Amino acid sequence: MPEILNVTGLETQFTTYDGIVHAVNGVDFKLSEGETLGLVGESGCGKSVTMMSILRLIPSPPGKVVAGTAMFQGKDLITMDDEELRHIRGSQISMIFQDPMTYFNPVIPMGKQVAEPLAIHLGVTKKEAEARVVELLNLVGIPNPRERYKDYPHQFSGGMRQRAMIAMALTCSPQILIADEPTTALDVTIQAQIVELVKELRDKLGMAIIWITHDLGIVAGLADRVSVMYGGYIIEEAPVKALYVEPKHPYTIGLLGSLPSLSRSRKERLISIDGIPPVLFRKATACPFAPRCAYRVDRCLNENPSLQEVGLNHYAACWVDAETRKERS
Amino acid sequence: MNNNEVLLSVENLVMHFPIRRGVFQNVVGYVHAVDGISFDIRRGETLGLVGESGCGKSTTGRAILQLYKPTDGKVTFKGQNLVELHGDKLRKMRRHMQMIFQDPYASLNPRMSVEQIIGEPIYIHNILKGADVRNRVKELLQLVRLNPSYIDRYPHEFSGGQRQRIGVARALALQPELIICDEPISALDVSVQAQVVNLLEDLQKEMNLTYLFIAHDLSMVRHISDRVAVMYLGVMAELADREELYSNPLHPYTIALLSAVPIPSPVIEAKRKRIILKGDVPSPVNPPSGCRFHTRCPLAVAICSEKRPDWREVRPDHFVACHLVPAEGTTKMKTPMPTSG
Repeated sequence: MPEILNVTGLETQFTTYDGIVHAVNGVDFKLSEGETLGLVGESGCGKSVTMMSILRLIPSPPGKVVAGTAMFQGKDLITMDDEELRHIRGSQISMIFQDPMTYFNPVIPMGKQVAEPLAIHLGVTKKEAEARVVELLNLVGIPNPRERYKDYPHQFSGGMRQRAMIAMALTCSPQILIADEPTTALDVTIQAQIVELVKELRDKLGMAIIWITHDLGIVAGLADRVSVMYGGYIIEEAPVKALYVEPKHPYTIGLLGSLPSLSRSRKERLISIDGIPPVLFRKATACPFAPRCAYRVDRCLNENPSLQEVGLNHYAACWVDAETRKERS
Repeated sequence: MNNNEVLLSVENLVMHFPIRRGVFQNVVGYVHAVDGISFDIRRGETLGLVGESGCGKSTTGRAILQLYKPTDGKVTFKGQNLVELHGDKLRKMRRHMQMIFQDPYASLNPRMSVEQIIGEPIYIHNILKGADVRNRVKELLQLVRLNPSYIDRYPHEFSGGQRQRIGVARALALQPELIICDEPISALDVSVQAQVVNLLEDLQKEMNLTYLFIAHDLSMVRHISDRVAVMYLGVMAELADREELYSNPLHPYTIALLSAVPIPSPVIEAKRKRIILKGDVPSPVNPPSGCRFHTRCPLAVAICSEKRPDWREVRPDHFVACHLVPAEGTTKMKTPMPTSG
């Protein structure tokens, strides 16, 4: 599959009263056409900031993308001028967000808001826009779309608003859909509806998806490839099966072990990861996970590992081989 | 579980909140938050209470502790009906039941030190005085695996997981028998959740505690509970032993809920058939007639919208409220659930 997005060396920092926060510290990843990439990590690991940086949605100040490129259709999203980026954002690359409750403007009818990208990017007439939006609302499973077109956001439930948000992201048939924890605020039965909907739409429309989440469960059934982030770094990247069957980085191993599973039968003790996620005031000179790591060797405290190939298309940033518990040669 | 002694018994608990409108604050309707539920909690066990947001699970926990005065029903704890108790008598009973709250950032007063937070219940109930309180607080900190030297610190100096430990220490200060855990881990990071769950399990063994564990995360509830109760829109759908409920769910809602939980394994996920429920949870102001679930139930028949199903024990220790679940002995429903994907 041809590659449509190539991000290299992305670094984003925030200036705060307490110092500079190194939120993203040199992230590389690629996305192919029609591929679904899961980006997994705990709160504060930099997964949302990575995506916001690519679309230049980081408020500046305090935030700043200090290094890196994000090549999309032969052009760098990080350096292109605002006007050009505006034509890509919301049309070729669109994004859906976590909180369907606060995303919409409460005093503008839902249909009008969903139609907005059409007017901006394609310049269609009001009538055409309405027809297209009704069609999209129908596609995402909102009953009676023609009547609901004039309803206000408060008349929609959480799940319905999330569907409307997806419809809005799809108005201009994007090539990449970035989903930033779109199901976290929803109940589990509604979450299942939304995940199923996104899968259906992906197969129908053939877009690539980057799905940001902290839930390793969702990604297992959705993604082709998964990247795990910790402390502003991608610490492991692998095809979805390999990541769950043979995780290589101690953090991924710990994260999978700390999940109780519906498929595990016995009541066994959860494997917890001691300590807490790092505060990112200094650029790491050591492995950011080292203080919490059960596999730590001396080298981990002196040098920060970079991603190395540890299997077929499987990369991990760790000095230690988790199987032998010895330092990699 | 050590024995079958019932520590807490809830009978037909009803909690309606009035909706007031207008200048005269006339009551225009009720939120039917909890509508007649019954269950027992046995000494030393963990009863998991699961359901989606707005199903009344937190209200149930609060109504048990009499933080809300129930509209109707009985809550029997240690042989006394709490609903009838007031003032001093109720306060004396409260010693034996404590609560751990969901949000460790909101449930600790930022202006109180750890000593004040954990010591407060000890002062209120006049158990210890002066320096003894400080020593007891240090003991409690050790008990929840926190360094006793943190005693003079304030909540903002701690991480989410550590704060939740302080909340646990406060709940343990009076050596209660029953602890109601209201989503104690849902505000924490995944890697920290396991720390707190392991702590709760250790403490239960050490101190023979009884938990009512309220949560929406079905896999965590399965991990920690001995028995699990499923609520939907203010009523009980199903209650059974952990293994029984997860391997042999009978209520269509339980079946759908379990199938909606993502499993962190791509191999299992690829093979799984999902039951996708249609629509949303209806409003508890105007709950559906008959079975509350009939508006979303893929198997609903005429009777479901007419008559509220009885809460019956279809197998020993397996309760369910559904018209379609056949009588004792058989376990399979006549029509299988439709699946997709």
